[in-house]
Parts: sequence; C-alpha cells; structure tokens
Amino acid sequence: MTGALRSYGAFLAVPLLAAVLDLRLGLVLALWAAAWALNVWLSRSTAPAARAAVPVVFGLTILALWEATVRLYAVPGVILPPPSAIGARIATSLPILWEDFVQTFIKGALSGYAMGALAAFAVALLVDRYGFLRRGLLPVGNFMAALPIIGTAPILVMWFGFDWQSKAAVVVVMVFFPILVNTVEGLRSADRMQRDLMHTYAASHWQSLIFLRLPAAMPFIFNGLKIATTLALIGAIVAEFFGSPIRGMGFRISTSVGQLALDMVWAEITVAALAGSAFYGTVALIERRVTFWHPSMRH
Amino acid sequence: MRLIFPVLTVIAALVAIWYAVAVPMNIKGVLVEAERAGAVVTPETPAARRDMSALVLVATNSFAIPATWAQDRPRLPAPHQVAIELWETTIEKKITSKRSLVFHGWVTLSATMLGFLIGSAAGVLLAIGILYNRAMDLSVMPWAIASQTIPILAIAPMIIVVLNSVGVQGLLPKAMISAYLSFFPVVVGMVKGLRSPDAMQTDLLRTYNASPAQSLWVLRLPASLPYLFTSLKVAVAASLVGAIVGELPTGAVAGLGARLLAGSYYGQTIQIWSALFGAAILAALLVGLIGVVQRVTLSRMGLSQ
Repeated sequence: MTGALRSYGAFLAVPLLAAVLDLRLGLVLALWAAAWALNVWLSRSTAPAARAAVPVVFGLTILALWEATVRLYAVPGVILPPPSAIGARIATSLPILWEDFVQTFIKGALSGYAMGALAAFAVALLVDRYGFLRRGLLPVGNFMAALPIIGTAPILVMWFGFDWQSKAAVVVVMVFFPILVNTVEGLRSADRMQRDLMHTYAASHWQSLIFLRLPAAMPFIFNGLKIATTLALIGAIVAEFFGSPIRGMGFRISTSVGQLALDMVWAEITVAALAGSAFYGTVALIERRVTFWHPSMRH
Repeated sequence: MRLIFPVLTVIAALVAIWYAVAVPMNIKGVLVEAERAGAVVTPETPAARRDMSALVLVATNSFAIPATWAQDRPRLPAPHQVAIELWETTIEKKITSKRSLVFHGWVTLSATMLGFLIGSAAGVLLAIGILYNRAMDLSVMPWAIASQTIPILAIAPMIIVVLNSVGVQGLLPKAMISAYLSFFPVVVGMVKGLRSPDAMQTDLLRTYNASPAQSLWVLRLPASLPYLFTSLKVAVAASLVGAIVGELPTGAVAGLGARLLAGSYYGQTIQIWSALFGAAILAALLVGLIGVVQRVTLSRMGLSQ
C-alpha cells in the first residue's frame, strides 16, 4: 500500500512542481498524470473489460492533451488545429471528403491493390513451379521490396495520365513485391514430412499445391496482404502529389497545405487513418477466418 | 555459382524486356522527330498515326528502332541511357556541383541517417518500456500498430511545411519523418526479441537473484540482437523512403526527392530514372551495410547459424 501511495505521489509531485513554474504546463501535466494513473490502475485489473479500456483511455488522453495544449497556449490554427476544430470541419465537409475517398481509396488504392495482388499470386505460382525462377527471382524480388518504389510515381503519372489509372498503377507496383516475396516464401513453408506424405499419395504438383501448400502458405500470404494495405493507401495518396484531377485525398492535402487550411488537411488525415485501419482490419478478419488453425490465432 | 547464375539470368531477362518495351513506348515521339528531319514515315501525318497501335507503327517503321533507344526525352529511357547519366552525374561531375547525384544523395543520406538513429533509439527504448511496464504495454502497443495504418508519407508534406513555419528547417523535419517510419519495425522486432528468452533462461537468472536491469543486460538484450538487426534492415529502407518523400514539398532544392520532382516538372525522364536508381543503390548499400554488421556481430557472439 505504501509503495502504491509513493508511486501515486510521483504522479502528483511533477505537475505541482511544474505548476509553480507555469500554471498551464502544470494543468497539462496534471491531466496526463491523472489519465496515466487511471491506466496503471486499470491495467492491474484482470477483468477483460478493464484491459480493453486501457488503449481507449490512452487514445482519449492524447486527444484531450492535444485539445488542452492548443487552447491553453493559444497555438494558431495554421500550425496545429485542436481536435474539436477538425471534428467540426469533418462534419461540415462530408460530401467533399466522400468524393475524395471514392477517387483515391476506391478507384485508386482498392483497384490497384486487387490487380497487384492477383499479379503477384500468378507470378508466385509460376515461380514456385520452376526452381530456377525461384532462385533467380526471389533475391531480385527481395531487393525490389526494399527499394523506394514510391519514386516511380512521377514516371507512372507521366505514362497513365492524371486520373485514377496512374494511381492504381503506382499501387500495383508498390504492393506487388511484398505479396510476391511472402507468397513464394509461404509456398515453401510446408515441411518435409507433409510433402513426403503427398508424395506417397502420388499427388500431382497441382494437387499438392491446392491441398497442402496453398493452405500452409496462407499465414505468409496474409502477412504480405496486410503489409500491402498501408502501402496501397500511401501509394495512391502520394501519387496524387505528382498530378491529379481536382479531387482526391492527396490533391486536397497538398492544396489545403498551400491555403494553410490545416483543419481540412487533418480531416483528410482522419479519413485516411480510418480507411487504412478499416482496410487492415478487414484483411486481418479474413485472415482469422482462413487461418483459424494457425498457432498464432489460438487464444 | 548455383545462386548467381539464376539471378543474372533474371536480371538479363528484365533488361531485355526493358529494351523491348522501350521501342513501342517511344516510337511515336521518334517518328515525329524523324518526319521533321525529312525521313519517310509510313503513315505520313501525325494525325493518322495518333490512333494507330504502337506495335503496328514499329512494324511499319522498323528503321526507327535504334532511335527509340537514343532519344533526348524519351517516355521510357533505355537502360544504357540511364547508366550513362548515372555515370556522368556521379563519377564525372564534381561532388560539390548542383548537378552531381553524389551531392543530392548525400543530402538525402544525412537526413536518412539522422532519422534512422533517432527512430531506432526511440524504438529500442519504447520496447524496453513496454517489456517492463504493463500499463505501457496495454496502452501503447495497440496505438503503435494503429499509427502505422495512417499513411504518414501522405502527410509528410504538411509536417514539413508546418515545421518550416515554426522555424524548424533543414535536416530535422525530413529526419523526423524518417524517424517515425523507422521506429515502428524496431519496436515490434525488439519487443519480440526481448521476450524471446525461454522460461528456462529467465528461471536461471531468477535463481541467481538477478535484478531486472541485470537480466535485461546479460540475457534479454543479447537475445534480442538477431531480431534487432532484421528490423533495422526494414527500418533503414523505410527511413530512406521517408527522407525522399520529405524532400518532395520543400520546393525541389536538394536531395534525391528534389531530383525526382524537378525531373517530373521538366519532363527530364532520364534524370528521374537516374535519381531512382541512385536511391535504389543507396538503399542496397545501407541494407547491405547493416547485413555486414549483423554477420560480424552475430558470429562474434556465436549466434550465427
């Protein structure tokens, strides 16, 4: 009990000390200390609801601190708008945000993601069939996956024009290599014993692929697909910096920065973050359904 | 040998495909130039050629094929054009020159390295915090993962502009974007690595009555090194991407990203491609360097397979 009291004492002492120097700093720190103490208390609990609340409280704390800091220090809106102003902006400009979302996410990112993933699967199956190709293409693919592929955006915009086709092309190139490398890696992950079993069944290449190696590869494939979700969104948005029609999230971000309308920028960022998390979450959910047998999915 | 031959074959095939694709990509521009120079081109007016397929044009004007690999501003430059441009801008230019790729590469590299150091140091510290503090583990980890679904690269321009307006200029804004991108792989890898010692090993340290700091120093940190190096490779590549994108909005002054942007504004495709390859070589060097450090360190620790 005394130990707990002493640790809570530290939470009190720091803001008090700061308040002597600067009242506003003390207030912000007190808010932080109170929320952190709540979190420490919550995380000691064993109830699942309390543990689920910990990250939520942390997120709310960050938002509250942001709001408090901006208001107390009167930070100008052109540098950092408070969350409430961003929320208000989102509420008033829903049609614009929706239009940008459709242009960038649905037309650019999603279509490119689908094409890139399918192309990567096709190449991966081919590479897997021929050992020579695998030994040759895998190092090259690994190398390409580490490259700043986003740099091809200006070239692809030059080739495919300003509309969503060029954004989809950038996304295809960006998601291709991570998915390819992971799929090829996954197709090799079935172990010796399992493969020998297939061999004793006289299974053909395609049979052993469908019944053994593709299912065994699923955790790897989904790893690649999950990495690619964020890449797709980044690719679609950054490609718009090199030229776009007058809609799209990247276009709105770059023009709003020019107009110093930072609340609009943050509104787009919020949409991008929500879309990115939802996309990632959807793929993760499908993964859970498909690879329910994998040890990492057990609780 | 078994490894090098297939890789070389694949690379040779890619270069051959590149040359082949360059022909139909550039044919229309070449034919316009040839017509102006007085050559006889099969459909004579550009208007007649506009709707024709590029492959048909190549077939009917096969004399123009060599010219497609030697254009001044091609849609797709041939590999040797890019190689020559790379050679000229790295070896032959003085490195202080504004046109030297080494100069631009250095600008990008310094931001990359600063960001990488900040990001990986923060990542290691956060991982240690997550290991020893339950509240931190529960509250920070989900947000660290969620933060990666935010397309930070997309808001990099805004961060640069805003930091510029509050007076932070030069290397630091770019480095902060690099740091943000390189920090996440390090956190995830380090948390995994610090938790990798098995129960036997941690129990042994408990029987020795080791303090948490001691067990961190003699067991957990050494055990995490293989994980750390793997994530450092990912982090340094991400860091370079961050620095390049961070250069895009600053008005194209210096750096590989600025070369990309300037090239795209003025249609200097060869310049774009050479900047791209410069960035690729830089990425390969950085990842390779970490690979060498990894091999030397792990073999001296007796951890390498």
